[in-house]
Amino acid sequence: MNHTVLTKTYNDLPFDKKEILRYVDCKVSTPETEKLLNECIEEIKNKLSYKICFCVLPVKITEHSIDFDAFKVNSEKLSLNLKNCEKVIIFGATLGTEIDRLIMKYGKLSPTKALFFQGIGAAGIETLCDEFLKDIKNELNVNLKPRFSPGFGDLELTTQKDIFKVLDCSKKIGLTLNDSLLMSPTKSVTAFVGITK
Amino acid sequence: MNFSEYLKNNIVYLDGGMGTLLQARGLKPGEHPEKWNISHPEVITDIHKRYFNSGSNVVCTNTFGANSLKFNDEELEEIIKSAICNAKEARALSSTTHEKFIALDIGPTGKLLKPLGDLDFEDAVTIFSKTVKLGVKYGVDLILIETMNDSYETKAALLAVKENCDLPVLVSNAYNEDGKLMTGASPAAMVALLEGMGATAIGANCSLGPKQLTKVAEELLENASVPVILKPNAGLPEVVDGKTKFNVSPEEFSQEVTELIKKGLRIVGGCCGTTPDYIKALTEKSKDLKPVEIKNKNLTVVSSYTKAVQFLNTPVLIGERINPTGKKRFKQALIENDIAYILNEGVSQQEKGVDILDVNVGLPDIDENEMLKKTVCELQAVLDLPLQIDTADVVAMENALRIYNGKALVNSVNGKKESMKAIFPLVKKYGGVVVALTLDENGIPETAEGRVEIAKNILNVAKEYGIEKNNIIFDTLAMTISADQNAANETLKALNIIKNELGCHTSLGVSNVSFGLPNRDVLNSVFFALALENGLSGAIMNPYSSEMMKTYYTFKALKGLDDNCADYISVAEKFTSTVIDNKKETATASENSSELQYAVIKGFKEKASEITKELLNREAPLQIVNGEIIPALNEVGVGFENKTIYLPQLLMSAESAKSAFEVIKEFMQNGEKAKSKGTFVIATVKGDIHDIGKNIVKLLLENYGFDVIDLGKDVPPETVVRTVIETNAKLVGLSALMTTTVPAMEETIKLLNQKAPWCKVVVGGAVLTQEYADKIGADKYAKDAMETVRFAEENAQ
Repeated sequence: MNHTVLTKTYNDLPFDKKEILRYVDCKVSTPETEKLLNECIEEIKNKLSYKICFCVLPVKITEHSIDFDAFKVNSEKLSLNLKNCEKVIIFGATLGTEIDRLIMKYGKLSPTKALFFQGIGAAGIETLCDEFLKDIKNELNVNLKPRFSPGFGDLELTTQKDIFKVLDCSKKIGLTLNDSLLMSPTKSVTAFVGITK
Repeated sequence: MNFSEYLKNNIVYLDGGMGTLLQARGLKPGEHPEKWNISHPEVITDIHKRYFNSGSNVVCTNTFGANSLKFNDEELEEIIKSAICNAKEARALSSTTHEKFIALDIGPTGKLLKPLGDLDFEDAVTIFSKTVKLGVKYGVDLILIETMNDSYETKAALLAVKENCDLPVLVSNAYNEDGKLMTGASPAAMVALLEGMGATAIGANCSLGPKQLTKVAEELLENASVPVILKPNAGLPEVVDGKTKFNVSPEEFSQEVTELIKKGLRIVGGCCGTTPDYIKALTEKSKDLKPVEIKNKNLTVVSSYTKAVQFLNTPVLIGERINPTGKKRFKQALIENDIAYILNEGVSQQEKGVDILDVNVGLPDIDENEMLKKTVCELQAVLDLPLQIDTADVVAMENALRIYNGKALVNSVNGKKESMKAIFPLVKKYGGVVVALTLDENGIPETAEGRVEIAKNILNVAKEYGIEKNNIIFDTLAMTISADQNAANETLKALNIIKNELGCHTSLGVSNVSFGLPNRDVLNSVFFALALENGLSGAIMNPYSSEMMKTYYTFKALKGLDDNCADYISVAEKFTSTVIDNKKETATASENSSELQYAVIKGFKEKASEITKELLNREAPLQIVNGEIIPALNEVGVGFENKTIYLPQLLMSAESAKSAFEVIKEFMQNGEKAKSKGTFVIATVKGDIHDIGKNIVKLLLENYGFDVIDLGKDVPPETVVRTVIETNAKLVGLSALMTTTVPAMEETIKLLNQKAPWCKVVVGGAVLTQEYADKIGADKYAKDAMETVRFAEENAQ
């Protein structure tokens, strides 16, 4: 079996304004919020990097655990999610450091803008994951289970350590794990995705 | 022959990939390759030997991830010792006769440095130092720092090497498709930083194939005065029929790298996916090439963590506003530790078009050393302009240069022996362009010739420290013409001689010329024009002065430094529009005061501050606060609670109110002080780095009249408790976003209950619930910022 970690880079993905407004808890948009959102999008445009690293690993699944050979995960919820899968995609995705800098900058200067960049980042990383999984589904010509990340259900955050070891995320896409198991850059996702024929 | 001698007249061939070859020999996913130095020495030795036999002059030890974050001290020593031993064994076994060296390979820590990540700069230096010391102990010929995707971590690694040995050190970064490092640095910025610190050679490796790295290599060659390294991947990996293949063949690889050797590369090799076959193809293909001579580029350049700013023909603007001299509001900001105010000064100056920011935070009542360090860090977290570190305190200067992410402008040294002895070693060690004032033990010479003599002496002494003239900028000292009407003439004459005869760049604190005279802007801007014509390279100036900016843009247009006069045209329009704006302002003067309430409610930030300025001519500050701003805030606050207004609108109006308050604060500098409702200490708890919610709460609390002490994010319980005790605060707000950091919140509350039982704790954050808050002993769970405000008001005093 081949464990090579591959990378994928996307250029500009679209901004989903409706999703962004949902993330910033703006149920009714006014001309003022609309204007601010457009300003923020203008500022971050072309500064996001959309990077993915991933590999496909064979798995043995029992009711309580998932054995990837390289490491083992105990989680009933993930076992259920991956039921009947023989292979699993493990991936890491990130929007890069620039969005974090802007959130940091406006956290000090304009919390409203910080909130909007937060929303842009949250929506952006979702878009990236969706785009990637859509492509990989087509490339491998398979069906995929919904993605499942450390911290979901009973899947412990410590699983991040194993994922980072296997994917070598810091070297591949500049994604790192800090001491409290949070990721930097913050607008990032790691997940397992079961492959079904 | 040692490595440095060999490098002088030869093209140096490095080795190729290690990881891919180890995988082929059974390295499992997630397994540390470094451990194979001990468990499979024969495999490692064999790979090294094959590289030597393929023509590599340098093999890099299998120690890419050998650092104290991944291994304990004993393991680390064993790994590095074995790795070096394997490489030496390979050298002894190899059959070829060419020159062979062993490099200690150092890769990134795998962690991101603060402020983006959680690894402290000094901790990173310590981690790299451990690896370097072991490499030196077990005997390598040189050191290779490679695959670094962050300029700050690269600096930490290079500093660790420089502080622990005198070995040659090659430094190579991993660039993205956009030709920049992950954290944003351009090749030119990396050359500035690394050459400044004394790297033996500078280059690029990994991430891409040779073709995609061509532009990066060319930019490095254009800027570097040291040898340039290139160590690309064999293209990108693909999985074909279950097997990994890289999409660039040895033939293509060697062809493309050879072309770049012709353009000037001196140190070449391969990274991921390359094998001894690639190195063999490369050495054969390029064997008849003569190394291209490396020219000294003589660039005067400073850098930030992303970009380089070069002193050339276009004048460089250095914004002078981050400086407390003569600025009451700035002094107050420093005393109150109001970093946001300082950042704002930086951002506004950047918007006005300055290239570099001068940073001076010297004030008798504050700890300049700490404050300077903090200000530099905070500015560099959010602003990508290079900084000019401006302090007379040598310790503060060293600490600031040490943690500075890039190559700074150092302000300043002068012709006094003592000054040169203190400053030049710092410039040599940390890199930097230093501003040299043409004065010495005898003061400032009256004549231009006297100042030029001092400049010559400074150049000579600098040379003894290994600092060349391209890293020195002379300031011929602008002095007021109100005291000596010939002062400007001599300054300009000295400027001219230094620029044209000594061939050095120059700078001036332009506005000093008009001290004591009326309407200074006019004098300053004309003097600025004269100085530019006499060879001024960089001006320390006030970018808010439209006279100065007009001179700058006009000069550029007139001297052919502005293509199609594009810059001039774009600002000339703005100059006109300022006039129209002034008319507008007179119009607002007649508007009634409920305009302010409207501006605050709608979130028109600029308008709110404009109207407030206008209102202050007619109304007392407190009347504006109580009659206008507070009612507007209340209306929005109630709207938010009733769900007719949402979070973004609430925040926009809060920011508008804040900008109005800022105007009032400035106005009240000497007069009455608004009464505080009490002190509120706020923090995101230890281990958590999310602070958006905390910042929102802070903003609202400030608007409602609380003195908020913001401790930031990732704050240890002890810091919270200490601050509460020191300030005798009655209220504390703690924020946590992650389930994993709620225990830290609980711990903070426990400690507060013990040590500061008088204070009430309100908690908030995504994962918290009333139940959770009760469990960890909080006095209040607030579901949003308004609820925190209400709770604070109920419990104030």
